Amino acid sequence: MNASNVELISNSDNAMTLNFSGELTLCNLTDTQNYILEKLPKKLDKLTIDLQNSSYLDTAFALFLTDLESKYNAEIICHNQNFIHTLALTKEHKKQLKHEGDLHKKSLLRSIGENVYSNYLSFAVFIEFIGRVFISFLLYFKSIKNIRIKEIAFEINESAVRALGIVALTSFLIGLVTAYQAAYQLRLYGGNIFIVDMMGISVFRELAPLITAIVIAGRSGSAYTAQIGAMKITQEIDAMRTMGFDPYTFLVLPRIIALIVMLPILIFVSDMMAMLGSIIVADLSLDLTPSLFIDRLNEVVSIKHFYVGLIKGPFFAFLIASIGIFRGLKVKDDTQSIGFNTTKSVVESLFAVIVCDAVFSIAFTNLGI
Amino acid sequence: MQLIQVKNVKTLFGDKVVHDGLNLHINEGEIYGLLGPSGCGKTTLLREMVMLQEFQSGSIKILGKKIESISEKEAQELRRKWGVLFQFGALFSSLTLSENIALALREYSTLSEMMIEEIVAFKLDLVGLKPRDAYLYPSEISGGMRKKAGIARALAMDPKLLFLDEPTSGLDPISAREFDELILQLREMLGLTMVIVTHDLHSIYNTLDRMAIIDNKKIAYEGSLEEVTSVQNDFIQTFFRDTL
Repeated sequence: MNASNVELISNSDNAMTLNFSGELTLCNLTDTQNYILEKLPKKLDKLTIDLQNSSYLDTAFALFLTDLESKYNAEIICHNQNFIHTLALTKEHKKQLKHEGDLHKKSLLRSIGENVYSNYLSFAVFIEFIGRVFISFLLYFKSIKNIRIKEIAFEINESAVRALGIVALTSFLIGLVTAYQAAYQLRLYGGNIFIVDMMGISVFRELAPLITAIVIAGRSGSAYTAQIGAMKITQEIDAMRTMGFDPYTFLVLPRIIALIVMLPILIFVSDMMAMLGSIIVADLSLDLTPSLFIDRLNEVVSIKHFYVGLIKGPFFAFLIASIGIFRGLKVKDDTQSIGFNTTKSVVESLFAVIVCDAVFSIAFTNLGI
Repeated sequence: MQLIQVKNVKTLFGDKVVHDGLNLHINEGEIYGLLGPSGCGKTTLLREMVMLQEFQSGSIKILGKKIESISEKEAQELRRKWGVLFQFGALFSSLTLSENIALALREYSTLSEMMIEEIVAFKLDLVGLKPRDAYLYPSEISGGMRKKAGIARALAMDPKLLFLDEPTSGLDPISAREFDELILQLREMLGLTMVIVTHDLHSIYNTLDRMAIIDNKKIAYEGSLEEVTSVQNDFIQTFFRDTL
């Protein structure tokens, strides 16, 4: 251990002098500190700290020196007015951090309890939110004049029309990939023609609605949370309230209505693109011509499967939009909160969509549809 | 000694001229104000000084280094020699106050945890915060405390130069005057040189030694408070008329 800026001089009778030189800053503090703690005996009759040869002293180093001073009851020799001033300052403002003030450590049981309770509360708040949306809906449709066509049209463009490309591309690829996997299995026992039945039913009933919902939840639902969350932080929502504009009429309903109207249309696009993908695969790897594919589709897949898929659209849309907006309104006054709530909104809306899909699946099966 | 020299600085935002040849200098130990109507580019100049923004021509020399032609290594050294307080504190919201203050110490020095804690407690006390505040998150404290904590963070590495962007804006009058007092005390205690962007007339009278008033893309006035009203300039006449 070596330190360039301190020299330890042993005087007689258990007395020592620390002779400091050069710049004393927090950059070289650790070396000096280690050196001194190693070399200095625990007990000393007299310690002298000599600062006459040093050129600069910062507050971190001064803190260390005052620690030494009080520990060994040392004497500091120093003629530099600035040093004396810095040392006096550090003595005056020396404090200990109080660890008992740590409010953020909790026992496991307590944090579980708090988590459960806060989840329960946020679910209750969500139910309240749904109720308010419902009431606003009723008020909204009381008069034609209330309906804000412009806002709805804007949201339709923002969150659905602009999503057409990505929905189409994703569905096309999913159709392609699923058909390709199925084709390999079907060819093994010569059931080439059944690709039509399989793709028809699975795409129309399940795949297209789910893919569309997933893409829209990731793209538009998260955007709702971020937009509304940012408006919350900049107090725009408070401003709207004080000016008498109900945020539910201006922000919430247009978004929900836009998605409810548009999701079935997006599902239709998704249906068509996924079937296009299947037709291409059927033609290329199963030698099933497109016209044969479409004839067969017409014969074996009844139109009800198509309608079942479309019917799910508005329900998924309502879940995605309302969870996205609800999360946006829950954003608190700090920047981390936006990121946290956006993540939550996507995860929760996907979960809700899948649960809803399961409920539909059971209901339709029992109804024999 | 001149710590900061600004020579002929020109700044353009696209086609819009913000600064058209600014010249000023700041001496060691001064509390120096940057004043002017909103949109005149005070904060822009401050951001240029701390290398957050580039300027198109001219030269800014800080602590002997020309920042327009500085190497990344020298820039990194320079950044440890100054502290910056942003308008809203800009504390890192995922860290507690003590972690905010200790961040630079942990990254740039080899100090032991104990020593860091001691320094944090000292800096907190210096700006008038209580030791128990150390474990709060920025979202849990008031605007005034956020600014104090911001100063404590800026002071962590014992800089000689402190930049403050509208330190008293958004504070109530009592806290604002306390903050002026703190600024003066810190200068007294630590021998700091400070550059302050401000609108607050009280702060201007209480704290500033010298100032530059930027108006119409140029320096309309540089010097002490006493002579400012003799300058023929609309902004200066309106701004200082009622009080002098």
